[in-house]
Amino acid sequence: MAETKPKPKLNKKAVEMAKQDPKVRAKNFSEVALGYTEAEAQEEASRCLQCPNPMCLQGCPVEVPIPQFIKCIKEKKYAEGIQIIKTKNALPAVCGRVCPQESQCQAKCVIGRMGEPVSIGRLERFLADWERDNGYQIPPKEPPTGKKVAVIGAGPAGLTVAADLAKLGHQVTMFEALHVGGGVLSYGIPEFRLPKAIVNNEVNYVQKLGVDLRLGNLIGRIHTIPELMKEGGYDAVFIGSGAGLPTFTGCPGENLGGIYSANEFLIRVNLMKAFQFPEYDTPIRIGKHVVVIGGGNVAMDCARSSMRLGSSVCLLYRRSRDELPARHEEIENAEEEGLVCKFLAAPVEFYGDSKGWVKAMKCIAMELTEPDAKGRRGVKAIPGSEFIMETDTVIIAIGQTPNPIIQRTTDGLQSDPRHGTICVNEVGKTSLDGVYAGGDVATGAATVISAMGAGKRAAKAMHEYLMNKK
Amino acid sequence: MYKIVSKTELVPKIKLFEVEAPEIAAKARPGQFLIVIHGEKGERIPLTICGYDTKKGTISFAFHEVGKTTKDLGKLSVGEEIDNVTGPLGNPSEIKKFGKVLCVGGSVMIAPLLLQSKAMKEAGNYVTTVLGARSEPFIMLEEEAKKYSDEVIIATDDGSKGYKGLDFLKELLKKEKFDRCVVMGPVILMKDVSEITKTYNIPTMVTLTPIMIDGMGMCGVCRVTVGGKMLFGCVDGAEFDGHQVDFDELIMRQRTMLPEERLSSVLAEISGGCKCGRNKA
Repeated sequence: MAETKPKPKLNKKAVEMAKQDPKVRAKNFSEVALGYTEAEAQEEASRCLQCPNPMCLQGCPVEVPIPQFIKCIKEKKYAEGIQIIKTKNALPAVCGRVCPQESQCQAKCVIGRMGEPVSIGRLERFLADWERDNGYQIPPKEPPTGKKVAVIGAGPAGLTVAADLAKLGHQVTMFEALHVGGGVLSYGIPEFRLPKAIVNNEVNYVQKLGVDLRLGNLIGRIHTIPELMKEGGYDAVFIGSGAGLPTFTGCPGENLGGIYSANEFLIRVNLMKAFQFPEYDTPIRIGKHVVVIGGGNVAMDCARSSMRLGSSVCLLYRRSRDELPARHEEIENAEEEGLVCKFLAAPVEFYGDSKGWVKAMKCIAMELTEPDAKGRRGVKAIPGSEFIMETDTVIIAIGQTPNPIIQRTTDGLQSDPRHGTICVNEVGKTSLDGVYAGGDVATGAATVISAMGAGKRAAKAMHEYLMNKK
Repeated sequence: MYKIVSKTELVPKIKLFEVEAPEIAAKARPGQFLIVIHGEKGERIPLTICGYDTKKGTISFAFHEVGKTTKDLGKLSVGEEIDNVTGPLGNPSEIKKFGKVLCVGGSVMIAPLLLQSKAMKEAGNYVTTVLGARSEPFIMLEEEAKKYSDEVIIATDDGSKGYKGLDFLKELLKKEKFDRCVVMGPVILMKDVSEITKTYNIPTMVTLTPIMIDGMGMCGVCRVTVGGKMLFGCVDGAEFDGHQVDFDELIMRQRTMLPEERLSSVLAEISGGCKCGRNKA
């Protein structure tokens, strides 16, 4: 009889990650999810089957060698583990927190067919946090190539391109329009989901790779792309300027006081730290009954921030719960913290008080229509179903589009007139020679990791372009 | 870091800074603005460009010390550095030969207005500049105005110097034909002047200074209604057709954070200065 290996008993349940108690965390801006302890990370890592043909990899837009880094955790080789991640991903502390792993790597994990998939994101975060506590290692760089690259925007796409190209020996300058780096990681995602100290660390890491970060430089105004290439001597340019332009509803009364775009609200609260006003100088004025319009992750961030500022929050979404585009985990967190959802309803008009501050809004009930070719269900208003909701603060979180400044100031750069996105091929090349783009500016608002994936592909293509350029 | 090379008090509480910023100076044009931020806990504030010197590599801007941020800024001395100055932002004003141009400025915005007067004169226009203020002590930059204009008119709210109020404008427009009017100043001044010029059919451009945070199209707090359309002060302006702007809405939107601004200012007075950690006590 052939010798049989003892079959390891598979634990179908993933190791839970500790979170702040909902009642407590709903009143503070500290991080909600607390991360694994070493013992918890060990236990979770041991659930990984180390598949010879790993499926999880297929779900990762930046192709992190997942089984390898998990093996390092199991063997307590943490320094080695984090370096393995960093061969593919310069921002693991960010991705370990905000990536939608449930629909990417973890969705492919084979254990997921029998129980809960391995918590890849939590393990990634564990290693990234371990590195933060134990000191960063700067990986070796290729010898200088003598090529100069300009990266526009220090968000997830730009940071990825800058890190990859700097490691390959190119001289990289990153131009950031705001006064801090990080892009949406700094101005958009709230402190309780992604502490700014972590974002700063990741930005510092990219600077330590030799990237020159210039803050307060709005490209299109201070320099145009043609100027960077002609006078600035840059051999290639990457545009990662994101999707920063807010969308409004177009309903009457939208310019009343107390009606914020999600961007304004989040910029005040996150970037300018208005939640610590008057310690910090930028104020935010928020009422007792906030209505957040929208159903994506940005809407959840606005809702959860509002609750932390002491308000009760109602989320108004025109489709039903099943269509909410936000991450499931975020919806669950928000509801635990006290979010009330009103589905199948849309705004019609806003009403103000005598001082021009919003006091109520008219809404209309919606119904779902049959799915379209893409399988997404449309909505239509139900005539005569208008109703009034009282509110004193409204936050509009119905999407962002790319900022048009670069498109307007770069001759020959093709963009989509309807969505404002810059047209690129599969590796991020634009209509101009040596100019690449990726992330939200090319796709419209999407996720941090998809922007990083686009950055990876563009960096590879730019490297080839630079090395072949005479 | 942006080093302050000169600091002038134009009139009480209105200061003019000249700051080293060669890259901005090379690109700045009349009508554009800057976002200034100082101190780790500071606000981002928009300030209209008042001048630029490409040889010296400097830009200048004026500000009225009304809130905590501007008061803190006013305490900085020559040689000290401002953390961040972003610009030039917004679209440059339309400068070309129109013929006769009337430039009307009020309060702190007189400083950037004179940049317009100068540019309009250089473009071959006959320039009449109106300097407006509350009362005589607040009239500023009169000599510069004379240098850059063919005619200078002074008006005050209380009549302590020059004309009293804006009634003279109606008389002036009855007598003389202007081809273009440019107004920079408090919203109420821009509103009143636009109403007057409308009756005489004079194309009028106003430079709006709504509340802004990023100043580059992200936050949307600077949204204004112009000709019934929602536009952004920062990326669509800052110059707009004064006959199309919904000034009442703009005035209302300017006031949305007043209680917080007052609180901030009062607390700063009590605690005796800014918290940016740079100023000596």
